[in-house]
Amino acid sequence: MTAQEIKNIIFRIVRQIAPEADFDKLLPEENLREALDIDSFDFLNVIIGISKEFGVEVPESDYSKIVSLADMVNYLSERIGQKIK
Amino acid sequence: MAEFRMPSLGADMEKGALSVWLVEQGDHVKRGQVIAEVETDKGIIGIEVYEDGVVERLIVDPGTEVPVGEVLAMIRSEGGQTKSAATEAPLPAAGPVIEEKAAHEVRQAGLSVGRLKISPAARKKAGEFGIDVGTIKGSGQEGSLSLADVERAAKEQGLAREAPPPEAVKPAAGLDMDAMRRAIAAAMARSNREIPHYYLETEIDMSCALKWLEAENLKRPVTDRILPVAQLLKGVAFALKEVPDLNGYWLDDRNQPMESIHVGFAISIKKGGLFVPAIHDVDKKCLGELMGAMGDLITRTRAGRLRGSELTDATITFTSLGDLGVKAVYGVIYPPQVALVGFGRITERPWTESGMLGVRPVVTATLSGDHRATDGIVGARFLDTLNRYMQEPEKL
Repeated sequence: MTAQEIKNIIFRIVRQIAPEADFDKLLPEENLREALDIDSFDFLNVIIGISKEFGVEVPESDYSKIVSLADMVNYLSERIGQKIK
Repeated sequence: MAEFRMPSLGADMEKGALSVWLVEQGDHVKRGQVIAEVETDKGIIGIEVYEDGVVERLIVDPGTEVPVGEVLAMIRSEGGQTKSAATEAPLPAAGPVIEEKAAHEVRQAGLSVGRLKISPAARKKAGEFGIDVGTIKGSGQEGSLSLADVERAAKEQGLAREAPPPEAVKPAAGLDMDAMRRAIAAAMARSNREIPHYYLETEIDMSCALKWLEAENLKRPVTDRILPVAQLLKGVAFALKEVPDLNGYWLDDRNQPMESIHVGFAISIKKGGLFVPAIHDVDKKCLGELMGAMGDLITRTRAGRLRGSELTDATITFTSLGDLGVKAVYGVIYPPQVALVGFGRITERPWTESGMLGVRPVVTATLSGDHRATDGIVGARFLDTLNRYMQEPEKL
């Protein structure tokens, strides 16, 4: 899975939870939750969406590793890579 | 025969428009079943029926706007009883002649005339006709007056005129943000005008609670994870059991604590505005159930699909603005409630204990109290009890 594909799936997950999220203005290094106004409930739903779409369960201790979109893509590429191996 | 009436879904509601019937004549209905949807300033609200029965007659057509208290349908009780569903109902929002918990809605609207019970619509109509309500014989339970009674009396006194056709309303088109803003404005202005607020705050060390939660969440699938807000909510409910004076209503110039703990959970609408639907019996729900209840309310609130009883029977308000990074919330009490509990963001802060300085995850809890109902000492006891529960997360 390419970084762009991962990004597209993340957008789809977030759009379901926060339909008004404006991805055009989102910078890759920005704090995703703050930029898109995602509260803790929404964020948990994003994590649930990630688990369904990618088969990756993000433990709470890893939340600090997925703060921005770029972080999230890196983290997921790595986890998916580990899974394939 | 029970009368199914347009409920009052808040102190500021005078009328509502029936959007749709979810049942047909002859249908069997179960207590708690949502049988109609009503459009109000607060969006589309599902209205429940309060006893088992059969829908005898649907009186009001969809699209019709009617005053609070107007009979919408007749429900025949199972077993042929002829009691009024509204007066029998243990839950509020059933109608204008409501006892117990929902009584505040009636009283608030100034509807009690001495011991006489009268529906808001009937009172309004009586005012229009210039009839002294004391002279009308009521046909409801305990002589309560309905709109029909007033109209009959007006006819008898030669005062009645042809009623104008009910104003047709537009089909539901989501939330009316301007109307919601006005509803919030009315309730909050009233609160600040009438309620002498006092404010207390305390810092709660969340390290025990979060440590417990981390271990608990490791055992759970990702879909069942618990957020700290559920712990805070449960802690509030347990503390209220020990300090019940903060859980209830200021009515008839006295504090009336309620036994059930129905916590109004503030949910912001992303486009602006706020709903505070109640999570019922919070003290009796486990953390997983509370997560489910909050998730369900958030989804339905944002979709504009709440039940009438959820909007009327909260006994206290809980607000958490922590996601936006604020440290503390000094809330405005939602009348006739007597308290509001607020939480800011859980952040790492310097913390001293036993002469040692460390860093702990800490949340600032605030209490807004109605000084007519309670004194600061009660609020202080509440926050102290809440703090104690947060240090014993396994009990929550």
